[in-house]
Amino acid sequence: MPAFPQAARAALADTQLRANLAHATGTIRAKRAGVVAEVEDWEELRLAGAAVKDVTLSRLDDHLERLEAALTERGATVHWARDAAQACEIVAGIAEANGVDEVVKVKSMATQEIDLNQALAAKGVAAWETDLAELIVQLGDDLPSHILVPAIHRNRAEIREIFRREMGKVGRPAPEDLTDEPAALAAAARLHLREKFLDARMAVSGANFAVAETGTLVVVESEGNGRMCLTLPEVLVSVVGIEKVVPTWTDLDAFLQLLPRSSTGERMNPYTSTWSGVTPGDGPQQVHVVLLDNGRTDVLADEVGRQALRCIRCSACLNVCPVYERTGGHAYGSVYPGPIGAILNPLLKGVGVDEQTDSLPYASSLCGACFEACPVRIDIPEVLVHLRSKVVDAHRGDRPPKPEALAMRAAAWTFSSAARLARAERLSGVAGRVAGRLLRRSLPGGRTALGRLPGPGAAWTEARDLPVPPAESFRAWWRRTGGRG
Amino acid sequence: MSAREEILQRVRRALGPSRPESPDVPRGYRDHAAPTDVVGLFAERVADYRAGVTRCAAGEVERVVRDVLGPATRVVVPPDLPFAVAGAAADAGLTARELDAVDAVVTAAAVAIAETGTVVLDHSPGQGRRVLTLVPDVHVCVVRADQVVAGVPDAVALLDPRRPQTWISGPSATSDIELDRVEGVHGSRNLHVVVVDAG
Repeated sequence: MPAFPQAARAALADTQLRANLAHATGTIRAKRAGVVAEVEDWEELRLAGAAVKDVTLSRLDDHLERLEAALTERGATVHWARDAAQACEIVAGIAEANGVDEVVKVKSMATQEIDLNQALAAKGVAAWETDLAELIVQLGDDLPSHILVPAIHRNRAEIREIFRREMGKVGRPAPEDLTDEPAALAAAARLHLREKFLDARMAVSGANFAVAETGTLVVVESEGNGRMCLTLPEVLVSVVGIEKVVPTWTDLDAFLQLLPRSSTGERMNPYTSTWSGVTPGDGPQQVHVVLLDNGRTDVLADEVGRQALRCIRCSACLNVCPVYERTGGHAYGSVYPGPIGAILNPLLKGVGVDEQTDSLPYASSLCGACFEACPVRIDIPEVLVHLRSKVVDAHRGDRPPKPEALAMRAAAWTFSSAARLARAERLSGVAGRVAGRLLRRSLPGGRTALGRLPGPGAAWTEARDLPVPPAESFRAWWRRTGGRG
Repeated sequence: MSAREEILQRVRRALGPSRPESPDVPRGYRDHAAPTDVVGLFAERVADYRAGVTRCAAGEVERVVRDVLGPATRVVVPPDLPFAVAGAAADAGLTARELDAVDAVVTAAAVAIAETGTVVLDHSPGQGRRVLTLVPDVHVCVVRADQVVAGVPDAVALLDPRRPQTWISGPSATSDIELDRVEGVHGSRNLHVVVVDAG
């Protein structure tokens, strides 16, 4: 996966993608703004949401132990996974123990993060995505491009093609006369997936929240595929990031207001399901919960970065980001794109490891729109700047050093002595006078500008004008004129 | 070391010997003045989701439910529904496939939220097992006026987390295709709420 600037360039050239994204993000932004405006104490809700998450993180070990105890008491089996490989092994093990060769899945970012579908396939277990957009992505052998509407990069004609080509290969085929009307496409998905739901013996889900006090998991959704997966099969496995814990049931009253309004721009999403372990006679009788670390404890250790763990995966930041709107999710090269992805990925994986991850904190103009939109007040710009300094620190030992590092070192050397600085100012004054005579380009206000620096500097001036240095420094002018004229 | 021990140890090490501060959580949002006509607001918000809404008096419930069901012939109800639905079969452990052949289900509810037009089922007596309201295409939900609360915090305070819950706000929907909202994917495509006024 190329670094963000290269990946973005490719995405920017895709006019269909840009049109889809502009329409999608514009629409959701407007809806979100409307329903948020209805809520008088929206700011207080945001503060409450952020505070509850911070309270939880500050005692995360206690809450995790409590969650485990509550779940176990209610008949669930709790597993702990230090990384993606271990989590996949646990899920595959449960499938094997139950003699299951196919599972149905509710959309879960955590299961995408750990590449669960691939790991299950390698063990001969087929994993069917049931969220409509994930189904489109899976049938199209593609990658999701948005947290909430993963198939937004596809238009209706493409989706119709994918359904017609692929549905029959894995289950009930699409009807012969399938049109590209969204309602017809959704109806085709309903029929195709109903077969899978009614036959499924095991489901895999994630969870939006996990209540420590009562062992309650919560899944927030729109289509009903979540309810199907959470109630029909005998076996249910939920993969839950350890940061999803909240202390008590009543803590949910802020999040159940913040999440629907921030994500789909509705007062409430169609279906929210909650369950605490096993309910005799109702739903799965074998309930498993896999608590996933996979780098979250590294994020927790970063005092500035740990606020990223407050994230409730609403995607509001994606929808307001000017960069995301133009490049889409694929350019970020990860399950988590957009502003939250730009901070989570480097925090989870560490910086100084690969160029692509290191490029992510720079995939931003630092406009701050994401911070304004975030329902749990994650100060994404603050974390981006913090991560940029970590990236620079990680590369201090590079041999050969980066041009930027050399330039900074030269500047530091010059600035560290008054005599050197004065000499540098005199030289730049000479250069300024020469350039002023040779160059034509002027900036508003009359100063002349350099259109292009030579060598590695060319990349910097590609999008910036460099004003020509003044003929003399302020000090020199003061010394010469005494402050008069 | 087990994964459990390792993760807990990593958490403790990440937080350090002196734990970060536990901030105070502002809870003023729980003290809302309730709107004057809570039931009216509820009915309006449910209708906003393009679900059907009918208000009626206590004595009219059975007739209204029958009218709403209309031509639906195969109707299933939970075994302890507090009113009669003519011609309906009581659920005696029907499988999902059997429920797939059912036209409609009628249930009560645990609580309803005015601000968001939500009905919440906690699947206690009168509301049925979760699969009952999931598979049939029509769900008629009968809510008493005294079950309607103003907002989400009020509902959360009343609900028992140990019971499984299904929060329903309109029929199922998706906007995954070009952000064009389509109603009716996997859950019931037709939701009808009957609000029974007191007295």
